[in-house]
Amino acid sequence: MTIARVFVANRGEIALRIVRACRELGVEAVLGASEVDMFSPAARAADRVVCIGPGPSAQSYLRADTLVAAALGTGCDAIHPGYGFLSESAPFAARAREHGLVFVGPPPEVIELAGDKLRAREEAVLAGLAVLGGGDASEVGFPLLVKAAGGGGGRGIKLVRDAGELGALLSLARSEAGSAFGDERVYLERFVAAARHIEVQVAADELGSVIALGERDCSVQRRYQKVIEESPAPGLPDATRDALCEAAIAFARRISYRNVGTVEFVLDAASGEFFFLECNCRIQVEHPVTEAVTGVDLVCEQLRIAAGDPLSLAQEAVRVDGHAIECRLTAEDPERGFQPSPGRIARFAVPALPGLRVDTHCEDGTFVAPYYDSLLAKLIAHGRDRAHAITILSAALEGLECDGVRTNRDLLARVLADGEYAAGAVTTTWLEGALPALLEGVAA
Amino acid sequence: MGLSDEDVREILRIIDSSPLEELRIESEGFALHVRKGGGLIEALPEPAERPSPAPVAAVEPSGAAVLPSGAGEGVVIASPLLGTFYRAEGPGRPPFVDVGSRVEPGTTVGIVEVMKMMNSVPAGVSGVIEEVCAENAQLVEYGQPLFRVRGGP
Repeated sequence: MTIARVFVANRGEIALRIVRACRELGVEAVLGASEVDMFSPAARAADRVVCIGPGPSAQSYLRADTLVAAALGTGCDAIHPGYGFLSESAPFAARAREHGLVFVGPPPEVIELAGDKLRAREEAVLAGLAVLGGGDASEVGFPLLVKAAGGGGGRGIKLVRDAGELGALLSLARSEAGSAFGDERVYLERFVAAARHIEVQVAADELGSVIALGERDCSVQRRYQKVIEESPAPGLPDATRDALCEAAIAFARRISYRNVGTVEFVLDAASGEFFFLECNCRIQVEHPVTEAVTGVDLVCEQLRIAAGDPLSLAQEAVRVDGHAIECRLTAEDPERGFQPSPGRIARFAVPALPGLRVDTHCEDGTFVAPYYDSLLAKLIAHGRDRAHAITILSAALEGLECDGVRTNRDLLARVLADGEYAAGAVTTTWLEGALPALLEGVAA
Repeated sequence: MGLSDEDVREILRIIDSSPLEELRIESEGFALHVRKGGGLIEALPEPAERPSPAPVAAVEPSGAAVLPSGAGEGVVIASPLLGTFYRAEGPGRPPFVDVGSRVEPGTTVGIVEVMKMMNSVPAGVSGVIEEVCAENAQLVEYGQPLFRVRGGP
């Protein structure tokens, strides 16, 4: 390992996750924390913590220059950006590289290409992947989605039902994209009514090896944000699974991808066809389900790749064992339109169950600051099959104690207990459709 | 931020009606130290824009007094951002301030460099430098004490 000390430029559960991976590899971890995060579990676990600024992320976790200065000033040789914040900022990755720091992620050129959703689609086509339509509305057909070229991750998407709506929504999408992403370009995508969100975890080292570590099904979404993720995808034919993994590897090779990443697809539940959506150049929130079923520590893998070491396993050695499901516990109140609920957690406890993993930064007395996203914990159950994983996760939610802030716990439990969810293979619009009935259950 | 007279009155009212014996509030360029039971209240420092500390002194609840800080803790000038701290404009140049230097709120006491961007640090308070808390050319964190100042009118 040529990396001796890593600067962790993130917070919350992922910061703690990265610090632990550094420990595992015998690498020192320096955490850059905002003022309100100076006494977090990640700060206590790190070898050193430095205060990078006040609470609001614009003055701390989003300050590229401050983070690079902090990494250099504390003698780090690498920066791990986690997810969110600057994890997919090409200028940040470039800045780190200019100053001789290893950026734990793909090179800035790759981040830039993948971040431009139009260019990424072009590359996908060149790599032989199918995309959802292209060109103008008459070629794509209705209904269709208008997406921002600079968007991604579910942001900046508009559904257009017919030609009559197109003009107004197109200009609205352009102006919103301009103000949100500084890029007015939009593109049209065929809308798949019964769509499943399936993504493939890839890993690519500096020596040219690219492997796929199976897929994840993230179809349980609300407003394009993932709520529950699992691996493997339920009811997927082996031939489709293999084709998805091959497509993801082909795309990663085509754009000279490095480090771990995710290639996202939309799978038409009616026809079984799948289409390239986008590529995410970071460790994903839902990476633990892949870790559970493959036994591969993806954050350790990231650090090894960044240090120039070969992947720890070859494609032939990738095995998927059992079934894993993750749910995201958030400080949001489903009964009040999912309004964020910051505040102090008086008590936080999760039962210790065989097969349960909990990634969290919460404990008794944790203050959920209003500056950051509402994720409190990820509960990951690994069972011998899907039903077993659901049983473990349901028991975990039932035994969970989180007093002081409102959470989506009861809603998550309702989803897991739902007959349609249990039957497997729900689509991306299922949760929103089922929400009124599920919430009635919560209120009852 | 600074506290208004009304804020200070409110704080005094709260502490007066609470079982607390002592209260210390510090924020950017402002520190307030209140002790009950005939002790003293230190309101430090007064931001330059403030018309006069007199209104605060006039509040005097339950026998407490407002006094300028005497010997003791003084006020901390904290680093406004993370970066490399420089005490002088360049190598071989005299430091902006040293122990015993008199500073006004606008006095530059140092520079914090972040990626070649030089950010001068104003004292933000009036008084005399009592202690230099950070070393030249070292990394300083956001909020880290750079100097300790003995407050003066």
